[in-house]
Amino acid sequence: MIRKLALTAVAALALSGVAAMASEEIEVEDVDFSFEGPFGTYDQQQLQRGLQIYTEVCASCHGLKFVPIRTLGDEGGPGLAEEAVRAYAEQFEVYDRELDDTRPAKPSDHFPESSLDNAPDLSLMAKARKGFTGPNGLLINPLFKGQGGPEYIYSILTGYTGEEKEVAGSTFYENKAFPSGWIAMPPPLVGEDVEFADGSSNELEKEAEDIAAFLMWTAEPKMMARKQAGFVGVLMLVVLTSLLYLTNKRLWAPVKGKKKSA
Amino acid sequence: MAGIPHDHYEPRTGFEKWLHERLPIVSLVYDTLMIPTPKNLNWWWIFGIVLAFALVLQIVTGVILAMHYTPNVDLAFASVEHIMRNVRGGYMLRYVHANGASLFFFAVYVHIFRGLYYGSYKSPREVTWIIGMLIYLVMMGTAFMGYVLPWGQMSFWGATVITGLFGAIPLIGEPIQTWLLGGPAVGNPTLNRFFSLHYLLPFIIAALVIVHIWAFHTTGNNNPAGVEVRRGSKEEAEKDTLPFWPYFVIKDLFALGVVLIVFWAIVGFMPNFLGEADNYIEANPLMTPPEIVPEWYFLPFYAILRAFTADVWVVQIASFVTGGIVDAKFFGVIAMFGAIVVLALVPWLDTSSVRSGKYRPMFRWWFYLLVIDFVVLMWSGSQPVGGIVPALSLIGASYWFAYFLVILPILGIIEKPEPIPATIEEDFNAHYGKQEAAE
Repeated sequence: MIRKLALTAVAALALSGVAAMASEEIEVEDVDFSFEGPFGTYDQQQLQRGLQIYTEVCASCHGLKFVPIRTLGDEGGPGLAEEAVRAYAEQFEVYDRELDDTRPAKPSDHFPESSLDNAPDLSLMAKARKGFTGPNGLLINPLFKGQGGPEYIYSILTGYTGEEKEVAGSTFYENKAFPSGWIAMPPPLVGEDVEFADGSSNELEKEAEDIAAFLMWTAEPKMMARKQAGFVGVLMLVVLTSLLYLTNKRLWAPVKGKKKSA
Repeated sequence: MAGIPHDHYEPRTGFEKWLHERLPIVSLVYDTLMIPTPKNLNWWWIFGIVLAFALVLQIVTGVILAMHYTPNVDLAFASVEHIMRNVRGGYMLRYVHANGASLFFFAVYVHIFRGLYYGSYKSPREVTWIIGMLIYLVMMGTAFMGYVLPWGQMSFWGATVITGLFGAIPLIGEPIQTWLLGGPAVGNPTLNRFFSLHYLLPFIIAALVIVHIWAFHTTGNNNPAGVEVRRGSKEEAEKDTLPFWPYFVIKDLFALGVVLIVFWAIVGFMPNFLGEADNYIEANPLMTPPEIVPEWYFLPFYAILRAFTADVWVVQIASFVTGGIVDAKFFGVIAMFGAIVVLALVPWLDTSSVRSGKYRPMFRWWFYLLVIDFVVLMWSGSQPVGGIVPALSLIGASYWFAYFLVILPILGIIEKPEPIPATIEEDFNAHYGKQEAAE
């Protein structure tokens, strides 16, 4: 998202009197995800692998506060069995206002919030970032490639150059996909961070794809149902509109007669 | 209704007569639906029904969304996520409502530009035009406040910037801004009043729409030829017109179907395409987003707002003449509202006696240029300031004002119009051959 990143001394900001941040071009790689396009669907296995990465790696700092744990068993998601969802929930301790104490989470609870102050919640990250705009703000890339939120996540995870710098006591890591070029998050994945039960590859790139897909699901859990509604709706509208076209043609025929070739 | 002579409702059965003497409601519906409509209306005339549909769609989806939404700064964002995740069909409702606003504005812009090309604003339809402009203004207010409700980053900062425009008015600006916001900054009182007004204004739009329809049912529709329906007798009028039902209802419904196919595909397959990603980040008064961009339908006017910076000579003159009261910020605000005011005043700015742009050889090109200007302004409004954007915005804004304030008044005097068909029937028969063959 070039225009988002580009520094703006926009009148808007002048009016609200707020400073803008510096920026550079970011590098976002286009990944072929299974859920792209009008007919794309989530890959259930991939979502489960992504869940595992989230649980074993991301969850130590980040939260998913808008996601109810029970939705892990929903259709069009990771599709965990009921007992598996319950067992999964129990690993989290949540605060219960009625007990005024913590207790193991139940499927009806949400995922915990971020435990680190500066670790953003990941529930909506895949929709809250844009990987693709342009060219020239004409929205042609997003039309064909999608908004690029999952691609942005993938590119962040694979975009570390290995350079570090220290500013005022905090360490920053150089990242080709991060707007300012320097990110506070240490490289969370390096490859072989998790062992998949199904023996899938745990190279860095594969892991990054899996977690990006999982975060797309947390951001848009009803995507598959939505696309189906879109497809059925368009189909029905095409039928209805065709009938209206024929009705209209017949209705007007006696009034219009033949169209002149002029 | 007065105007074009046509058949009126005659109560036949005993009950119909009984009801008619007490409440002539059937007569009202009948006369409204059977209104004689110029038979040469082309496809540009279908957007009225698209707009009526969009209004109903927004009200219906909006009322249901309001059942699940919580207007509180701590709960609003989460309640929208609740709608997206837990409410049955909630994700569809919200996406339809959010994209419905885009459908609404797309249709209203085509509708307005159709009116501009075919001279629908000219006598005797000035009141229809003015009511239409009022509807457009209320629409903008409604859409703006609706965008604040999800309480994302762009909601919050958009509200801050737009209400800040009122703050630019000298002396009374800041009190007005505080009064609008219900406090010194955008906060919970702001969200609550915006929710209340966002619920109220659509019903005011609906009332204005009825007046809008009443007005053009009194004057009769304009049409592509821009000549009036003959009103000497019913027979004469019937040569120029067809009843709205079924001819135009079916035609409009077909066109609505085509529009809805595209709309539904956007909702189903790319519902966030027209939205800003930043609005999926919860509002944070301490963190300004890298760039604050309004929704696409506000961009042309946003570009006009930004176009008049302190280094533009008209701004410097204004500032000098008023002793600094009119600064660049205030000038921009005046320009933005002025851009809508000149649009509303076009019935009195256009001096040509010919209605339809079809028969105005010079006007046509200036009009096409205005459409391009609108698109260019929309693009400039979406871009960060820098490069060619400021120059382009300034040229675009200048042309917008020049079109209404200079070009239209002069064209009416210097332009030599092409011959106009004497009747609607003649215009219609020029395209379709049946009548001539039969006669």
